[in-house]
Amino acid sequence: MSDCITHSAPEPIFAEPWHAQVFAVTVALNEAGRFDWSDWAERFSITLKRNGLKKELDGGDDYFHAWLETLEALLAEQGKAPTDDVQDIRNAWEEAYLTTPHGHPVHLR
Amino acid sequence: MPHDDHDHPHALLPPEPALRVKALETILTRKGLIDPAALDEIIDTYQNKIGPQNGAHVVAKAWSDPDFKAALLEDATSVVADLGYYGRQGEHMVVVENTPEQHNMVVCTLCSCYPWPLLGIPPGWYKSDAYRARAVREPRKVLAEFGVTLPEDTSVRVWDSTAEIRYLVLPMRPEGSEGLSEEELAALVIRDSMIGTGLPKVPS
Repeated sequence: MSDCITHSAPEPIFAEPWHAQVFAVTVALNEAGRFDWSDWAERFSITLKRNGLKKELDGGDDYFHAWLETLEALLAEQGKAPTDDVQDIRNAWEEAYLTTPHGHPVHLR
Repeated sequence: MPHDDHDHPHALLPPEPALRVKALETILTRKGLIDPAALDEIIDTYQNKIGPQNGAHVVAKAWSDPDFKAALLEDATSVVADLGYYGRQGEHMVVVENTPEQHNMVVCTLCSCYPWPLLGIPPGWYKSDAYRARAVREPRKVLAEFGVTLPEDTSVRVWDSTAEIRYLVLPMRPEGSEGLSEEELAALVIRDSMIGTGLPKVPS
């Protein structure tokens, strides 16, 4: 047993920055009343169940992939972020990264 | 595409899901549906302000103050809200007490519902298929893997969380903790002891 206080758990809260971002976007939308949390949990559990059929989920990266998938589907369905728009903006971000010199802040053009 | 790490001609491309999240953020921000500053605040809150120390505070207070404990077991949601810990997703919190007769353990078989205001974001194993599937089916075996062996005559009750109801285990106060201050007691309350997959530390 280690002596370190377990309060400062060794594993980071969010392993990847995008895990934190997708979590925050979801919580912000819920707090703004864009959807009920129980509705979210129901959709999310369906995604987890579906993805868990293909392989056993370890609760790490695959968990947040399922989270993102659920959020994308919900926002597309609500018309807030249609799939085509998401793809276009995603491509624009990719382009921005690939054309911004290393070390400079990346902005959408 | 392989990347030459010591010679980036351009900014390092984030992984695919990160690009997709950025796209969502951009679209929602442009529509005024989210505020980037609010996102930073949410991340800061969950990374730095909300965590098992909140739950440990509640447990230590319950160990120290019988009236508080009685109120907590009666209506945890309002009692912890008075301490500033409230469910931002509108959930109810229920505290289940461990006794020599019954050990409690918490799972969310559907997804990963968890008492965020008291414990923060759940650890990876809580979200894993393995834990979610096995906690209900073979709790004693799972407990043993966490290093928890209970007396034969202690029953194990597993509580399945939902979006509406999140459970926190009130562990038994460890022997040898008489005379400790609330703060010293809180230091004994490890996260897993409030999920039921661990026991509080024993004072040295």
